[in-house]
Amino acid sequence: MPEEHRIILKHADEPDYTRDIDCYLKHGGYEILQKAFKMKPDEIHQEVMDSGLRGRGGAGFPTGLKWKFLDRKSGKPIYLVCNADESEPGTFKDKQIMYKDPHQLIEGMIISAFSIQAKQAFIYIRGEFFEGARILEEAIEEARAKKFLGENILNSGFSCDIVVHRGAGAYICGEETGLIESLEGKRPYPRIKPPYFPAVLGLYQSPTIVNNVETLCNVKHIVEMTGKEFSKIGSPGNTGTRIWCVSGHVQKPGYYEFPCGGLTMGEMINEVCGGLMPGRKLKAIIPGGSSAKVLRADERFKGKLKDGSEFDWGIWDIPLDFDGPAAAGSMSGSGGIIIMDDSTDIVQALSNITAFYAHESCGQCTPCREGVQWMRKISKRMCGGDAREEDADLLLSIANQIEGRTICAFGEAAAWPVQSFVDKFKDEFKAYAETSPVSSESGDKQLV
Amino acid sequence: MRPLKDMELSQETIAKIDARVEKYPTKRSAALPLLHLVQEEKGYIPDEAIEWIAKRLELNPINIYEIITFYPMLKRKPMGRKHVRVCRTLSCALRGGYQVCKSLQEQLGCKLDETSANGEFSIEFVECLASCGTAPVIMVNENHHENMDEEKTIALCRELKKNTT
Ligand SMILES: Cc1cc2nc3c(=O)[nH]c(=O)nc-3n(C[C@H](O)[C@H](O)[C@H](O)COP(=O)(O)O)c2cc1C
Ligand code: FES
Repeated sequence: MPEEHRIILKHADEPDYTRDIDCYLKHGGYEILQKAFKMKPDEIHQEVMDSGLRGRGGAGFPTGLKWKFLDRKSGKPIYLVCNADESEPGTFKDKQIMYKDPHQLIEGMIISAFSIQAKQAFIYIRGEFFEGARILEEAIEEARAKKFLGENILNSGFSCDIVVHRGAGAYICGEETGLIESLEGKRPYPRIKPPYFPAVLGLYQSPTIVNNVETLCNVKHIVEMTGKEFSKIGSPGNTGTRIWCVSGHVQKPGYYEFPCGGLTMGEMINEVCGGLMPGRKLKAIIPGGSSAKVLRADERFKGKLKDGSEFDWGIWDIPLDFDGPAAAGSMSGSGGIIIMDDSTDIVQALSNITAFYAHESCGQCTPCREGVQWMRKISKRMCGGDAREEDADLLLSIANQIEGRTICAFGEAAAWPVQSFVDKFKDEFKAYAETSPVSSESGDKQLV
Repeated sequence: MRPLKDMELSQETIAKIDARVEKYPTKRSAALPLLHLVQEEKGYIPDEAIEWIAKRLELNPINIYEIITFYPMLKRKPMGRKHVRVCRTLSCALRGGYQVCKSLQEQLGCKLDETSANGEFSIEFVECLASCGTAPVIMVNENHHENMDEEKTIALCRELKKNTT
């Protein structure tokens, strides 16, 4: 069985590990911050470039490159924002870090803030993490008392503070420009890019870096081991570890940290997660949070990888890194792997997902605001015993009219599940029209 | 316009509000945190809070009102003293979240999206709570309850009913 390789979650689940600063210091905490202060901000940035680190929030954008886009000429203050909204369905990794090892995030943030020269940083945490917000605020107080935060940190001449800002139950606040609007005290309506790239016109129209919790923790480890060493974990273009979150129909759901590409989907599900439930067969996998396109158990995935080599995979062969699920036509997204076995009613599963996006659309763009409601209504009607011949095509046509026609990527996030479910399970959608089952009578578990 | 009552807040909340506003480069950024603080004390956002917060942050009432109507966690009416949130989203549903919701309604004598007549309980569906590995998940007030099943639901409800005020 592939062994976990824990860097970010190294201590999190150790029996004697506690989240207070004394325990963190005992485990070498804030030593890397002192190392960072002996470097120049640009040298840290170079290490992050060398590491090949890609963002863990969903899009996998190279972190060093994002930092390079910062507009340093404007003369405006630079802000660092940690995206701790963790709202992509199927994702629960940032919670582990913040609840069990908050100082790791804080150290990663101070180092990152020093590198980009941000004096003010924010952690935007989802509203339902009541305890998480308290834990982070306490940790920040502890760090301030030890002079790791505040004015002239450890006599480095660098000053920085972190404010914890709670959301209030809206998924769209995970989208970085929606998050920024929310942090400014407004409705979280995402901004159009260009011109509102956060690195140029972000928080308070100032240059801003938004990074995910796991991404910022990685910066600490990059400074510790050097970017070059970090880049040896995983493979080129897919460096470091990733924390995968497995949920749904497996024996041992949970979070597992592995080097990128260190195992295949099959090894993850059948070995690490103890396999499917007894007597069950695989039906489908959503590999990167509910916004990612679904993969059908019996699909073959063929094509050419970035390095030119050809691949021909079954679902179990997909390597778990950034590029594997993407090569299979989906994405690794936020790392949330949702498993559905043959007890799953696929129309109901889609109906569950469309209800999510209908609830969460911010309402700014017409194709999304109207489209998500129709997709919810149609799929719900199908589950209520009134499925029609034309529904599959109707759903597809609505999804196709949302994709690419919205200000932010929420449009794609809502369209992709519909397109992939209907396309890959068209037989089931068509069969629904013939039999018109009523939801509570089909499937093992009610999903709508 | 109908004149609004001034809002009474505890000294503690006022102190928290003052400290909060100080934390941000602009006053407006404190809007959502102030709404959270008012809701913590009052249990919901009363009418007078809208003007009160707007005044405190030098904004127009509409700037506060439009936030309240956007965010699901901000409430315009008091919720039950025990506010039960049940995750509705896929990973929880795949492991029986809907059954847990049904069972909660029966045990607590309170319907989904309603508050029980004695003001003790409210039950609502919420979207993914970032705890899908321990699905199905619910929250009671600020605390998560994970890996819920019929047995745990019954035990929890018994506990909740015992502590009614
Ligand atoms: C609809 C939507 C929801 C998102 N939700 C989150 C989230 O909950 N957490 C997160 O880190 N990124 C989320 N993102 C991605 C952010 O916009 C942003 O790309 C990310 O925080 C950047 O951090 P990274 O470069 O470290 O990955 C979301 C994006 C979209 C379009
Ligand atoms: S789906 Fe319920 S916690 Fe994620």
